[in-house]
Amino acid sequence: MSSIKQYTDIFHAYGSAIDAHSAPVLNALRPDALKALENATMPRKGDEDYETTDLNELFAPDYGVNINRVNLTADPAEAFRCDVPNMSTSPYYFFNDVYHHDADTLASRGDGVIVSSLRKAAIEHPELVARHYARIAPLSNPQVALNTLLAQDGIFVYVPRNVVLERTLQLVNIMNVAQPVMAVRRVLVVLEDGAQARMLVCDHTQSRDVQCLSNQVIEISLGEGATFDYYDLEATASSSRRASTLWAQQAAGSNLLIDGITLANGITRNGYHISINGEHAETSLLGMAIASGEQHVDNHTYIGHNVGHCHSNELFKYVLDDRATGAFSGKILVAENAPKVEAYQSNRNVCASPAAKMFTKPQLEIYTDDVKCSHGATVGQLDQDALFYMRTRGIPEHDARTLLMQAFMSDVIDGVRIEALKDRLHHLVEKRFAGALADCGECSGKCLRNKK
Amino acid sequence: MLVIKDLHASIEGKEILKGVNLTVRPGEVHAIMGPNGSGKSTLSSVLTGNPAYTVTGGSVEFYGKDLLALPPENRSHEGLFLSFQYPVEIPGVSMVNFMRAALNAKRKYFGQEPLSASEFLKLMREKRAIVELDNKLASRSVNEGFSGGEKKRNEIFQMAMLEPRLSILDETDSGLDIDALRIVAGGVNKLKTDNNATIVITHYQRLLDYIKPDFVHVLYKGRIVKTGGPELALELEEKGYDWIKREWD
Repeated sequence: MSSIKQYTDIFHAYGSAIDAHSAPVLNALRPDALKALENATMPRKGDEDYETTDLNELFAPDYGVNINRVNLTADPAEAFRCDVPNMSTSPYYFFNDVYHHDADTLASRGDGVIVSSLRKAAIEHPELVARHYARIAPLSNPQVALNTLLAQDGIFVYVPRNVVLERTLQLVNIMNVAQPVMAVRRVLVVLEDGAQARMLVCDHTQSRDVQCLSNQVIEISLGEGATFDYYDLEATASSSRRASTLWAQQAAGSNLLIDGITLANGITRNGYHISINGEHAETSLLGMAIASGEQHVDNHTYIGHNVGHCHSNELFKYVLDDRATGAFSGKILVAENAPKVEAYQSNRNVCASPAAKMFTKPQLEIYTDDVKCSHGATVGQLDQDALFYMRTRGIPEHDARTLLMQAFMSDVIDGVRIEALKDRLHHLVEKRFAGALADCGECSGKCLRNKK
Repeated sequence: MLVIKDLHASIEGKEILKGVNLTVRPGEVHAIMGPNGSGKSTLSSVLTGNPAYTVTGGSVEFYGKDLLALPPENRSHEGLFLSFQYPVEIPGVSMVNFMRAALNAKRKYFGQEPLSASEFLKLMREKRAIVELDNKLASRSVNEGFSGGEKKRNEIFQMAMLEPRLSILDETDSGLDIDALRIVAGGVNKLKTDNNATIVITHYQRLLDYIKPDFVHVLYKGRIVKTGGPELALELEEKGYDWIKREWD
């Protein structure tokens, strides 16, 4: 049975309550979303681009939806401190999918920057939000349609022309529930021409024993010459389920860096869909996954070079241990009449145990002659010669393996454009491999300790 | 310090060492020479515990301990060092982290506290000078992008850091020009004391002009077939290995 029905049933029963707790701009799209879902099915395992992850199964459990926006009274600063030392960020919090209204640190800037709850922004700036909401992520994608049907809130980031946000925005998503819940989050980022911003998103869970699903749609629109960094760090628990899909659109001369990091999780499916619509745009799409136990991490990427003279660089690395499974499928498309495109894709993986499995599907589709493109994938074990060399210097085997696994990830981390975050990631990865970060508890959060 | 008795070893079922006997005492320098494929590098691999090789017979005692029972890292802690013929490049692992992990693992083995950062860096600086290793190389990934000469200097630098009791130099002269050879050999000589020993594995007499051996052994078909003083190396240089092969084939 299609797992969509239980959610459309919820909508039929509680549509007015959903609308009441949201904003007209968001509500306006729900009928379209419902229509799109009428004959849709969630992709099943084995469908094209879903070879290893069954989205239908992911959405199938009887998850509740927080229709009436029951908020937790927790003070996020108390409950959670995401400490990236030497990095001051403007923090925003979601408990499940409820935006936590913190002091609006950016309100006083007076330069037109908006960082707020999507619902609030949609009420206060309806035209602006309507112009961008659900414009990039298509309703033909069932995951997007489902999110659009039920999303009541999210975060809205708007940076006007030529404005530079120096401080990194940090969005902390915390799952904290007593029963299975699907969090429906929406992230909408709009950078006008020449604007610059950086965003760090951290996914954590405080409900390690409760199975929850994060259903997240991210839309990013970059104007001409805009620069945006999006760092997405998942450090959740084995009970966590995540279906996240990111849709970005780049105008001429814009520069987009996406770095998706899975340090700890249960089942994760990330989609990245980037359309490059202007010449001289640059895209870096980086990702890494460290998975052990029964973890499953699936990254699906698409970079469309729709015009010439643009450049993309894609690198995904996985280290899989125990019985973990990883999947990567990535397509680069170079459209007709898109000369001088440079597009490079690489997926490199280490299976550290015999039972770990990696599935990889790198794809290039090119309709223009004059381009430079490459793609490649490797799956292997740790370098036995290096391991022996290190041991002859007295480094115990376990430590040597840890050092090699860390080293393997170093080039993904080195792509980070915030020094303090880079240092922190090296540290977190080191801890993760040392076994100290079996779960999100050590990542940044004192969350688990503070919860008590 | 080292007593090898009737050592047999094989790789992928093929026997390479067929009964090696060798005794090394503190303060001695032994040269092991021999034609290609005689088992020289296998001997160094087996002594350091390379898992690719299987010991099929014999024994090795190192300061009274059964060396073959120890994992490679403990052999290192006990004072055995191998300068690799082909040092391995390890992208992403900095020399600093690599050496610190090595040194602190050894200290832990002997129940000592790890070195402080400043003590460690001071030690790096001192030891680097012995082989004139550039600071830039020390801050890079292990051997990555190093020239042949730099890699060999880096091996001796690591030897200086770890202060082994027995060092095996496996074809340390291969790929070195004459200046690099002088620096590397000079480093080895500076590290020489009455309490440590060196086994020099080489094809050529050339290196032995710089590192003077007390004993020269000829390894052929997995056995030491001849032992002599430094003059044996000169004789081999002059006459080649054919006369030995004829004696044994």
